[in-house]
Amino acid sequence: MNCDEFVELVTAFLDDALDPATEARFVEHLALCEGCERYLGQFRTTIAELGKLPPETLSAETRDAVLGAFRDWHSA
Amino acid sequence: MTVTFLPCCRGYIRLVTTLPPDEELVAALRRGDDAAFAAVLDAWSASMLRLARSFVSTHASAEEVVQETWLAVLKGVGLFEGRSAFKTWVYRILVNTAKKRGTAERRSVPWTSLLPQDEDHGPTVDPARFQGADGAYPGHWRESPAPWASPEDTALSLEIRRVITTVLDELPARQRAVLSLRDVGDHTAAEVCAMLQISAANQRVLLHRARAVVRERLAEYLATGART
Repeated sequence: MNCDEFVELVTAFLDDALDPATEARFVEHLALCEGCERYLGQFRTTIAELGKLPPETLSAETRDAVLGAFRDWHSA
Repeated sequence: MTVTFLPCCRGYIRLVTTLPPDEELVAALRRGDDAAFAAVLDAWSASMLRLARSFVSTHASAEEVVQETWLAVLKGVGLFEGRSAFKTWVYRILVNTAKKRGTAERRSVPWTSLLPQDEDHGPTVDPARFQGADGAYPGHWRESPAPWASPEDTALSLEIRRVITTVLDELPARQRAVLSLRDVGDHTAAEVCAMLQISAANQRVLLHRARAVVRERLAEYLATGART
C-alpha cells in the first residue's frame, strides 16, 4: 500500500469497515511507515479534539417555551 | 444513552444521561409526562442544535429549528409507529425542518440532498505531498507530516477550539452534519445513516473528508518545527 492510498482509508479503518485483505495491507503499511503512523495519530487527535467542544445549549427562553407548549398541549 | 459535556472548573466532565427505553419514553410523552419531556429535551437539544447549525446560518436560527422540531414532536408523537428508534424519528423531523429553513435562508446555495456532491470526492490530502511517478517511492510521502505539539497545553486548547469552530462553519452542510453527529456528538455510524438517510459508504466519505479538513487546519497550528 502507498501513503496516498493509506490516508484515504483512515476513517474506514477506525470504523472497522475495511475488508480483511485491505485491512491487512493497511496495518502492514502502518507498521513500516512513520509518516502514516503520525498521520493516523493526528487523525485520532483531531477526532478527540472535536469531541471536546463544549455543548451548544438551548436558551432558557426556548426551553421554557417548549416545555410550556408541552403542558398546554396536554392540558387542552 | 446521551453523553453531554458540561463546563466545570477544569475542562469538562462527561455527563451520561440514561433515558428510558423508547416504548416507555413515548408512552410517557403521550400521556403528557412533564418530567419525561424535560429529560429528553435536555438530553438531545445540544446535539440537535449542532445538527441544525449545519443547515442554517446562525445559532438563533438553529434554536428556532430545534424549537419547531420539538413542537412537531409533541403534536406528532401519537403518530410514531416505532419503525425506527424514537431518536432517529425526532432527528429526521429536525433535518427536514432545518433543510426547509436553510433553503429559505440562502437560496443562492441550493442543494437538495445529503448525498455526497462533487466537492466531496477527490483526494483529501494534497497530492503534491506525495512523490510522483518519477520519485524513488511513488505515492509515498515526500516528507512526513510534521509532528504536533501536544494539544493538552491550555493556551493551545482554547486556540484549537476556535480553529475547530471556524472550520465547522466553513464545511459544506453535508460534511458538517455528519461530523457534528459522529465526532462532536457521540452518535454511531449506524445512527447517523438512519438520521440522515444516507448509506454507510456515503456517511464515511463525508466524515472522512470533514475530518481531513479539520486535521489539515489543526496542523497549521500544532505542527512543530520546520513546516514539512
